[in-house]
Amino acid sequence: MIHMEYYLIMSAIMFFAGIYGFFTRRSTLTILISIELILNATDINFAVFNRFLFPDSMEGYFFALFSIAISAAETAVAIAIMINIYRNIQSIQVNKLDDLKW
Amino acid sequence: MEYTILILLLPLLSFLTLGLGGKWMSHRTAGLIGTTSLGAVTVLSWLTAGLYFTAPRLADGTFETLIPYNFRWLPFTETLSIDMGILLDPISVMMLVVISTVSLMVHIYSMGYMKGERGFQRYYAFLSLFTMSMLGLVVATNIFQMYLFWELVGVSSYLLIGFYYTKPEAVAASKKAFIVTRFADLGFLIGILVYGYYTGTYGFFGEGAELTGMAVKMVPLALGLMFIGGAGKSAMFPLHIWLPDAMEGPTPVSALIHASTMVVAGVYLVARMFPLFIGYAPDVLHMVAYVGLITAFYAASVACVQSDIKRVLAFSTISQIGFMMVALGVCTTSDPHHGGLGYMASMFHLFTHAMFKALLFLGAGSIIHAVHSNEMSAMGGLRKYMPITHWTFLIACLAIAGIPPFSGFFSKDEILAACFQFSPVVGWAMTIIAGMTAFYMFRLYFGIFWGTENKELHAHHTPHESPLSMSFPLMFLAVVTCVAGFIPFGHFTSSNGTAYDIHLDWTVAGTSIAVAVVAILLATYIYKGEKQPVADAMQHRFKGLWTAAYHRFYLDEVYQYVTHKIIFRCICRPIAWFDRHVVDGTFDFLAWSANAAGDSIRTLQSGRIQQYVFVFLLGTLALILLLLV
Amino acid sequence: MNLETVVFYFLAAFIAVCSVLTVTTNRIMRAATCLLLVLFGTAGIYFLLGYTFLGSVQIMVYAGGIVVLYVFSILLTSGKGDVAEGLKRDKFLAGLAAAVAGAGIVVFIMLKHKFLAPTELLPTEINIKLIGQQMLSGEKYGYLLPFEAVSVLLLACIVGGILIARKR
Repeated sequence: MIHMEYYLIMSAIMFFAGIYGFFTRRSTLTILISIELILNATDINFAVFNRFLFPDSMEGYFFALFSIAISAAETAVAIAIMINIYRNIQSIQVNKLDDLKW
Repeated sequence: MEYTILILLLPLLSFLTLGLGGKWMSHRTAGLIGTTSLGAVTVLSWLTAGLYFTAPRLADGTFETLIPYNFRWLPFTETLSIDMGILLDPISVMMLVVISTVSLMVHIYSMGYMKGERGFQRYYAFLSLFTMSMLGLVVATNIFQMYLFWELVGVSSYLLIGFYYTKPEAVAASKKAFIVTRFADLGFLIGILVYGYYTGTYGFFGEGAELTGMAVKMVPLALGLMFIGGAGKSAMFPLHIWLPDAMEGPTPVSALIHASTMVVAGVYLVARMFPLFIGYAPDVLHMVAYVGLITAFYAASVACVQSDIKRVLAFSTISQIGFMMVALGVCTTSDPHHGGLGYMASMFHLFTHAMFKALLFLGAGSIIHAVHSNEMSAMGGLRKYMPITHWTFLIACLAIAGIPPFSGFFSKDEILAACFQFSPVVGWAMTIIAGMTAFYMFRLYFGIFWGTENKELHAHHTPHESPLSMSFPLMFLAVVTCVAGFIPFGHFTSSNGTAYDIHLDWTVAGTSIAVAVVAILLATYIYKGEKQPVADAMQHRFKGLWTAAYHRFYLDEVYQYVTHKIIFRCICRPIAWFDRHVVDGTFDFLAWSANAAGDSIRTLQSGRIQQYVFVFLLGTLALILLLLV
Repeated sequence: MNLETVVFYFLAAFIAVCSVLTVTTNRIMRAATCLLLVLFGTAGIYFLLGYTFLGSVQIMVYAGGIVVLYVFSILLTSGKGDVAEGLKRDKFLAGLAAAVAGAGIVVFIMLKHKFLAPTELLPTEINIKLIGQQMLSGEKYGYLLPFEAVSVLLLACIVGGILIARKR
């Protein structure tokens, strides 16, 4: 019998790994990758809570499903923006993105 | 009498039409619109006068006071409210006739005088505005409505003086006129407020009503303050300084506004409040008389040496308004037979003066039109070039000098009679001033039409008679001047409203005729000839006096000194300092502190999303901890 | 200790290690690869939970679609920026501290909290027909509206992605 908490601890590790990456990375692409980690961790949580606590209903399941779809959409747009930025300033480092700052 | 509203609406309509649509009209159309509407107003005014004065009198022998319209506009209390309406009584009907007639003549005259002038439509729009305001002023049913139109009149006067707004002198003169009269109007306004507060009404005080309590003490103060406003508008000493400068405006405007209508608004105001003056403030009324006397003398003496013909006429206007003020001021009762003669005399003189002074100004305009200069040195010997102008001008000069049978003789004689009734000193003083009037008017007349001719200038540009549009008003007004004296004026207006038969007091009349004739002969002797040795000699003999009078006894310089050296330096400078350093400093400090605060906290808003999320996470964790505890 | 438990521990350890590697490696390509491994592991977790359809969607969309997009964009934008610059020490420490503190708090809460009594797990498959019907039903517990909303969102993303990334 695997306890639910084990799943949650695993997803928490994934989540905070994403947070750590979000803070410390300088490349916008790695920041996006960190965000994917965070999203993935929450998806796992949805599925786990649904599975263990309310196995008869499917809300968490569908939430995870839609979350995947939305993260796919977000990634597509974000990467389009990255490519556009790279084309303009030859770099995707966040600290170089300051043309519009004061 | 309901149609009287048209008298106000027609000029207003014409003002709006010309003011808004004038840009797209030809000069001819604009002039015709203005003149036609004024013609209709004149017909209506004469009709009103005819109907009003032929209506049967009331039982006590007065004409009924009609109020066709009275609209309660701003009610403050049960009795105290600002109304807008039309009031017809003998003096307002008389003023309607004067204003519309002179205004119509000026409208016709301007078609010739202002021909081809830039802003012709604007000029006619302003004339209509002025006429509307002035008519509204005289038919006001209450003192506050009068004040509103009073200010409108001031505005249109300002606009018309500054008509040639590209000329710096005209701009300065319009500002001066506006500021000086506005300054005096402050007194008027305070007077109105005091009056309204203590009597509980803004209406004019009717016969038979009684004042009680504090009102008796405060009404003289209110009347005195109102007279300050009237003195400003009527160019009484020492607030007269704006009127000579106002001659920078087009000459027909001077004829309409600064000779016959607007400047007598002060006289009209005093006449309007006359029952109160007589009943509660005879001392104030006497003060009016002395102010008028000083003004009349001062202006007459200055007029004797001026060389700009419009300035001479301006000072003559001031002097004549002084006459009217004196006539009102010397009244001691409201019975025209015993001490109330001045009221009728003043109104009579107002009427005749409006006609002949308008004639003089229009004649002067005709002359200026011909020689393109205001200076007497550019004139002389013009009688052979401009016969119509010459004869009409002569008639007006005779009228103002008080030679029978011209109108000025009759009205001036009534004034002198009233003055002699009051006190012989005032009577003699006024007689001498009347003599001075005759002298300076004939000095002007000879200077223009006889005297030393400026042949060089005239050969270069031969003066010619003015077109019919300009000479017709001259002839019309000359005819009026000839016959106006025979109007039984006392039947229409008198101090208590009952009919009064004008009878000439031949001792007074004889004296004044004698003085006038002597003055005219003196002027003829000095100024008629081609060479003027006496004039030159006198000018050298009394050089100091002559220069002082030429500079109007340095009153303008005194004002300049007082405003610039005393008021600006001692009052305005500290205020300016306070404003710059304390008021501005406060706001500078506020701006600076906001700026500094923004500078110090702007690093929070760095634009780095990682930093935002970091703070957000810390906040979230803190909240979680808080909930856990 | 049955096979399930063994598989779970293996997957959990694998995911944790790969997650940390994803955010600590300096080479961006390695980070993407580790992300791919994490996503595979997540799909394994879904399979373990009995959500096979969700697991296959995870593999298809995340592993097969998103990561491929990442790899493409990494290749397109690679240059001098593909190795992360050295980070200032204090920022690094702040990020690490925040992450560790957050993880600590969350784990502490999860362990302390008493959840509902978990039901006994039966490794049953959810009928795919049921999923399809629920997805497209407009009744209670039906997901027609979110489904359509997501379809519109995806369309907008396609248009937006093209519009933003196209050459001008």
